[in-house]
Amino acid sequence: MDETVSIVLFSGTDDKLSAAAVLAAGAAALGKPVKIFLQYWALDAFRADRIAADHGLSPEAGEAGRAAVAAARAAGQGDWLATLKAAKELGEVDIQACSLSMDILKLAPADLDPIVDGVQGVAAFYINAGEGQILFI
Amino acid sequence: MAALDIKLKVDASGLSCPLPIVRTAQAMKTVASGDLVEVIATDPGSVKDFDAWSKSTGNALVEQDAANGKFRFVLRRK
Repeated sequence: MDETVSIVLFSGTDDKLSAAAVLAAGAAALGKPVKIFLQYWALDAFRADRIAADHGLSPEAGEAGRAAVAAARAAGQGDWLATLKAAKELGEVDIQACSLSMDILKLAPADLDPIVDGVQGVAAFYINAGEGQILFI
Repeated sequence: MAALDIKLKVDASGLSCPLPIVRTAQAMKTVASGDLVEVIATDPGSVKDFDAWSKSTGNALVEQDAANGKFRFVLRRK
């Protein structure tokens, strides 16, 4: 059985980045290899000059949702970058940028935060995903 | 009841999912096979999480209890 969990991370808002980081860390804690493929707005959020910025929330959050997330943040929860770093320290978590998205956003590898391990195309993504689960966020 | 020989204690109080499991998995790597690790968490989801994590990783859940909003788990490294 292929235990690898592959996450296509497309969204660049903090709530979805956080959900992806939680799924990655949980899988790493269970000893499952994790592959994260960054596309579009998720890739933009991993730019070295923006990774620590406020990336906002999904439109469906609404006023009450925004307040709830702000309260959790004030209590020291939901820091997706810290969660992702913990996942990388714990297990085998590989983060790759989508080469097409790199082109569209006019990014060079040096523009990305060092937490990103490399750049690859969709064929490499599928080969590395093997028979494991693929999640799209 | 004989006192357990706890090798390492992990205080995951105040941490939200999945950090109690992540911290525990990290701690477990630092002890020897057969050693006991005690974890305190306040995340109510940790009860099912530790049960699932224990079954999946083979690290036995030796003891668990809950009191005053704190959940305590004792795990034995595989």
